[in-house]
Amino acid sequence: MSTEILMPALSPTMTEGNLSKWLIKKGDTIKAGDLIAEIETDKATMEVEAVDEGVVLDLLFKEGEAKIPVNKAIAIIGDPNEKVEVKKEAPIEKVIEEKKIEKNIETKIENKKADIIDTPSPKIEEDRNLSSEEITMRQALRDTMAEEMRKDNKVFILGEEVAEYQGAYKVTQGLLEEFGKERVLDTPISEHGFTGLAVGAAFKGLRPILEFMTFNFSMQAIDQIINSAAKTLYMSGGQINCPIVFRGPNGAAAQVAAQHSQDFSSWYSQVPGLKVIAPSTPYNAKGLLRSAISDPNPVIFLENEILYGLKGPVNNDINFSIPIGKANIEKEGKDLTIVTYSIMLQKSKEAALRLKEEYNLDAEIIDLQTLRPLDTETILNSVKKTNRLITVEESWPIGSVGSEIANIVQRDAFDYLDSPVIKVNSADVPMPYSLSLEKLYLPQVDDIINAAKKVSYIK
Amino acid sequence: MKKLQKADYIKMYSFMLKIRRFEERAAQLYGMGKIGGFCHLYIGQEAVVVGILMTIDKNDSVVTTYRDHGHMIARGLDPKRIMAELTGREDGYSAGKGGSMHMFSKENNFYGGHGIVGAQVPIGTGIAFTHKYNGEKNICRTYIGDGAMNNGQVFEAFNLAALWKLPVLYIIENNKYGMGTSVDRAAAGLDLYKRGEAFGIPGEKVDGMNVFSVIEAADKAGKYVREGNGPYIIEVQTYRYRGHSMSDPAKYRTKEELDNYKQTDPIEIVKAEILKKKIATNDEIEKINKDTLEEIKNAAEFATNSPFPKDSELHTDVYL
Repeated sequence: MSTEILMPALSPTMTEGNLSKWLIKKGDTIKAGDLIAEIETDKATMEVEAVDEGVVLDLLFKEGEAKIPVNKAIAIIGDPNEKVEVKKEAPIEKVIEEKKIEKNIETKIENKKADIIDTPSPKIEEDRNLSSEEITMRQALRDTMAEEMRKDNKVFILGEEVAEYQGAYKVTQGLLEEFGKERVLDTPISEHGFTGLAVGAAFKGLRPILEFMTFNFSMQAIDQIINSAAKTLYMSGGQINCPIVFRGPNGAAAQVAAQHSQDFSSWYSQVPGLKVIAPSTPYNAKGLLRSAISDPNPVIFLENEILYGLKGPVNNDINFSIPIGKANIEKEGKDLTIVTYSIMLQKSKEAALRLKEEYNLDAEIIDLQTLRPLDTETILNSVKKTNRLITVEESWPIGSVGSEIANIVQRDAFDYLDSPVIKVNSADVPMPYSLSLEKLYLPQVDDIINAAKKVSYIK
Repeated sequence: MKKLQKADYIKMYSFMLKIRRFEERAAQLYGMGKIGGFCHLYIGQEAVVVGILMTIDKNDSVVTTYRDHGHMIARGLDPKRIMAELTGREDGYSAGKGGSMHMFSKENNFYGGHGIVGAQVPIGTGIAFTHKYNGEKNICRTYIGDGAMNNGQVFEAFNLAALWKLPVLYIIENNKYGMGTSVDRAAAGLDLYKRGEAFGIPGEKVDGMNVFSVIEAADKAGKYVREGNGPYIIEVQTYRYRGHSMSDPAKYRTKEELDNYKQTDPIEIVKAEILKKKIATNDEIEKINKDTLEEIKNAAEFATNSPFPKDSELHTDVYL
């Protein structure tokens, strides 16, 4: 009997990979644990081990072939004595079967991608400097850091695995090579210590970019972020500012469970002295990160792991920036307002498409971009036009960014509201591990649609 | 050891006395309700900061804990404005927004004044990082209370400082009590200066009641750090005469213990040396005493007459 070796998923968010090198050839006998191939993902190049044993009957991809979907058969192993039989008996069927599998996989991937709609917003289309080439969010962030580091040698980056490893999520790829180890520093796993160190360096006039491998680990350093970075300008009567960017992925990735999937947007947004940014596209990631690095205050820059691979056009002008504190009207509409940020923008856009198709509701989508200071003007103007509001975010419901928006809107636009404000949040529980429960935990397109129907009194 | 000039003796005596008189006055104003919140006095520990002061370059940086009034005076800051911060007035170093524990003077490279135990240690390490990054020959003196020596981030900072050979001099002010808990009830292993050994950071213990011992150690350690050898730890054995803060009656220790330390009062040691070496006469010392008292009295008057911050100041300095 033959066994297929499938394209492995080397990280929870990997959907495809490149076959950079075969370490076996047809006819080799392999044992479980033998290295069989080098697979390159968007994060790293890794060697893959065999889990089954047998003789290599066929290699289904050549070295260098790219974008092979996860779970697609890349090689066949089996007993060579049965080899002839297998080949003779069922070659056609086999191909068909394979095609079927392939198709299933592709559909699955497409479904996954459907969560992330990647159409440029009207504002982007108006941008005359828009690149023809689309780049990933990861690359947009990397490029912006590199551009700012070229401009100002007081800008440096530190964090776990940012240098030699090229970034746990490859966001700092190539920076070590260009800027050297004095400006791209690998730290020990020591968040409290290196965050305090970076804050001290910022007090003394440097402009650190501190990468948290994920914002979950910023809890180790929370005292230095809140008590030192955010408050010292005030406590020193305006003498000592802290020009630092704390950046890294925030919120849920894929099935990394409670301790590695928390959204901290509302936590940080509560703190005077901090600015909080949550980009949603490569375009605004570039513009907003530039503003964050140039800002003389501590900025919390909340990225999202699932969005790192999102592609889109950018503005490549090295001085292009998007102001902190300005929301973007991602899509204009007249029937209701959806206020959202980060990855939930993508789900909101999908919901808006379906709301139009299925209920003829024309939703206006506001991408906050900055969570503190909040662009209340844009929100209020929109609500005054649509008279209905839902907020969509990944954070827990109690005291969330949406809670504050609901408060502001009922206070300042009470007479304009035709229905209560409805918040769409994650479930009020720690993040579960299981795929099915994780999906229930996170806001889904259907949840947004249901909220939109509710504020529109549609049953 | 640094060769001390006659003027150095007078400088040491004057600064130590100024700190003592300042703190006594602060205690008085606290009792009168002119100073609020927490107020941690430095009385008894004057030789530590003044000893270090004698070896410091003006472009070196300093960062310390919440027991910071003495440190600011030693850094040459104006007692009037320090006291005005204690009274929460607009002429205070932090414009009345920081208070006793949170005072800064960027122009004097004094980076606080930190209210969270241990937090200043990574911060001071980061300031030292900046000196090195900028290619400056300066060092950062980072003061640590004995209580903070059981705090995790201190060791994270030690590790980073040793790993990256940062020009930071750690000065542990061991005044025997972290609030009301004596060091032997808090620290497993009483030689706090040895706590950098695992990171390869040299350390030594110094008599902090004697300013001359402090100078000798600080001079040696300062040179070591300035020459690019990485961090160094000095543990200075000192004692606070007062409680942890103004609200602490210090019932956890005996009167005999306190009296015992007062026998080796740091200011008296310097004074005796000045008289012995005939650097100044009794009359000249009396004049310093009188002038110091006057200066501090004026500071208190200034601090109680300075206006409270304007209401509009509530919302300033949150962002630059």
